[in-house]
Amino acid sequence: MSLTEAPTPVQNIDAFLEQDQRKGLLRFTTAGSVDDGKSTLIGRLLFDSRGVYEDQLAAVRDSTLNRSSGPIDFSLLTDGLRAEREQGITIDVAYRYFATPKRKFIIADTPGHEQYTRNMATGASTADLAIVLVDARNGVLPQSRRHAFIAALLGIPQIVVAVNKMDLVDFSAEVFARIRDEFDAHLKRLGIPSAYFIPVSALEGDNVIVRSPKTPWYQGESLLERLESVPLDDGSTERPVRFPVQYVIRPDLDFRGYAGQLVSGIVRPGDPVMVLPSGRTSRVKSIVSWEGDLPEAFAPMPATVCLDDELDVSRGDMLVHPARMPHVSRHFEALIVWMSEQPLKLDQPYLIKHTTQQLTATITSLLHRVDVNTLDEAPADRLELNEIGRVAIETARPLFFDAYTSNRATGSFIVIDPIGNGTVAAGMIQEPRREPGADRAARAALLELEFQASRLTPAERYARAGHRPATIWLTARQDLAYLLERRLFQRGCQVHVIAEEVESRILPEIASLLSAVGLITIFSGSNLDAAECERARARVGSERFFHFDPENLATSDERAAEQILAVLEDRDVLPRTRFTEQEGI
Amino acid sequence: MTHRLTHLKALEAESIHIFREVAAEFARPVMLYSIGKDSSVMLRLAQKAFHPGRIPFPLLHVDTSFKFREMLEFRDQYTAQIGATLIVHRNESALSDGANPFKLGTQKCCGLLKTRSLLDALTEGGFDAAFGGARREEEKSRAKERVYSFRDTAGQWNPKNQRPELWNLFNGRIDKGESIRVFPLSNWTELDVWHYIHLENIPVVPLYFAKPREMIVRGDTLISTEHEPRLLPGETPQLVMSRMRSLGCTYCTGAVRSDADSVPKIIAELVGMRRSERENRVIDHDQEGSMEMKKREGYF
Repeated sequence: MSLTEAPTPVQNIDAFLEQDQRKGLLRFTTAGSVDDGKSTLIGRLLFDSRGVYEDQLAAVRDSTLNRSSGPIDFSLLTDGLRAEREQGITIDVAYRYFATPKRKFIIADTPGHEQYTRNMATGASTADLAIVLVDARNGVLPQSRRHAFIAALLGIPQIVVAVNKMDLVDFSAEVFARIRDEFDAHLKRLGIPSAYFIPVSALEGDNVIVRSPKTPWYQGESLLERLESVPLDDGSTERPVRFPVQYVIRPDLDFRGYAGQLVSGIVRPGDPVMVLPSGRTSRVKSIVSWEGDLPEAFAPMPATVCLDDELDVSRGDMLVHPARMPHVSRHFEALIVWMSEQPLKLDQPYLIKHTTQQLTATITSLLHRVDVNTLDEAPADRLELNEIGRVAIETARPLFFDAYTSNRATGSFIVIDPIGNGTVAAGMIQEPRREPGADRAARAALLELEFQASRLTPAERYARAGHRPATIWLTARQDLAYLLERRLFQRGCQVHVIAEEVESRILPEIASLLSAVGLITIFSGSNLDAAECERARARVGSERFFHFDPENLATSDERAAEQILAVLEDRDVLPRTRFTEQEGI
Repeated sequence: MTHRLTHLKALEAESIHIFREVAAEFARPVMLYSIGKDSSVMLRLAQKAFHPGRIPFPLLHVDTSFKFREMLEFRDQYTAQIGATLIVHRNESALSDGANPFKLGTQKCCGLLKTRSLLDALTEGGFDAAFGGARREEEKSRAKERVYSFRDTAGQWNPKNQRPELWNLFNGRIDKGESIRVFPLSNWTELDVWHYIHLENIPVVPLYFAKPREMIVRGDTLISTEHEPRLLPGETPQLVMSRMRSLGCTYCTGAVRSDADSVPKIIAELVGMRRSERENRVIDHDQEGSMEMKKREGYF
């Protein structure tokens, strides 16, 4: 194709618009150094797909820094800023656009040097596909491995390996096969089962837009064909509903809508939802939009959701399906890419932005550092610019998250320096390890149980157990709690003490659940605060909730236990079989 | 029902997310309203983002006084119709000193009436976030622009001091006096914009549509006679069937010869034309890398 060739005339604009309107959008990332022909490849995709306009080409020809000896240097189309043009390297993420009759494409174009891991990660974070370039003459070099690693780390679903400069190895099938086998083994180690390998010459255009006659031994698609045919479905609609509330729309007293982007799942009017962190549940009343009420919203649509009940929901809250909860915790582990000149500081306050929440957090430990070239994990006491490490993080408030590998939107976060305000790291939350005692997955499962409604009635439970459920809130009197548990047990009650330091935010949910199954539960942690106490009272009902102020109880555990038992009898939790009053204590 | 967004719906979703994020996180956002097609699309996206509520920030138009009459009529009529709050700002002191492109040249004129005026208006309004309609596809230095573009206390842009943007997690932390320019249309192309205008029936200034207009023909450039620019020897204004591809000041916005008098015809022209839309903006061609220099000074 030459510059002077006339553009395809548009025969029928209505047909064009109709076709154009149905296009999907594919975002892909490229990485590579000045030498491996990445800019040439992109230039050719843009140019041959007619995304480059004549006058921009003219500006490239006029450029005083044109390094090209040939008629046109495609790489000058993609190197943007003055500083870069002067240095002859691309130093940042540049976004390019082109379209074919089948799809619109957004390219996040990043340099491939080791010091630009940060940029590669940025480009990869939104990509559906990564093109990893390999120079056919040099085989698989560290930078290709690095790019593949970052693509895997950032969870890019599709990988295409373009083995470039095939013209310089005489389009050898053997060279291609050797590189493919070697790289494929590496990719499998990274958990990428099926990358797509294409032999190309970006300079000469072989297998870029159309299949080349010079590689008769290659039966696959050209690069553009691959980009046009790769599945766009990332499975986000199949995943559990996650709707982080961005903004509350309240034009008047009659309307209260929760606006946000549905990051996974499908929501329809009538669906049950739980609001995190309050744990309150309701149903979707309507999904409001400019175009009218919608029968459904699916990820990644923006939506404005109205609920059946008047709940207190604000930005940072998340609507989820009550039976498919995310993890709720202040503690998690993550892989982070460090992006700042200032190295990581442990135990210093940072800010974390996760979905629509921004909160204070500290990175409590650096578990190991990952070598981006060898994938080796090694203990480390520092994490510096462009390094990747696994860390443990503690947040000031609970986060509602999924592992990054199961949900990119609820598993990702950025770390912000609260002094300099810069973005210093990007993080991918790891699946929580199963810990005995404080098992978070089990905790989430506990919360789910509540909504799988039992078919036993409270009356049936009462008839069997001989007592009613109760939630007893004692603060920091563990000995009393265990004594009371023993006394109640001796009287034939189903009773349980929760004395350990449980996530205080979900204590009300636990209380509600245990109350629903008929238990008498005694909470005696030291971290019980007034707000949680009130929320627990609201959830289990005030007639089933007993908050004992330490000042009103006897200091002797024995006596205090008697006082509490008396109250429980008085309030019909326990049958009145006692005679302590007659004894006149 | 297939659960896949078309490319325009995907772009719309991304833009709406950005609008809501800024409205939620900033104390005083404002939308820079240039009256052009990109502003029209931004307005519609903002309406959608906050429906059924009103757009929760004002619009700011920086009026150089050299805008087309049709632009100002459209501005006043349309913003009133949708119930938006409009602020109009002019650099009155420069104008009373007689600033104009013929006397100062386009670079200085733009610096005073547009860049300076914009920075003053943002400071006066105490705005900490300003939406702009710039798109990365438009010009080379914009290809690397962030969605949240950080500006220092002087409103200036430093390409070395921009924050990495991952996923759609935007970092809006700023100190007092600093601000963020926000570009919700970052990933839209000119074709996307027109196609969206077509699908959504979005009103745009009639100057985009071809009709016979009085023009000075200077080489390949057509210059409007509306603000009586100086004629070069031998030039006489003539009626030319033409339209504007982008809208700015009358002197700096060249028209193109065209008979596209409807949105579909504009799209047909665009698909067939292969000429970058800013080409007829005199200002971008002042010198190599000129847009980058303007951005460093505080222009968009």
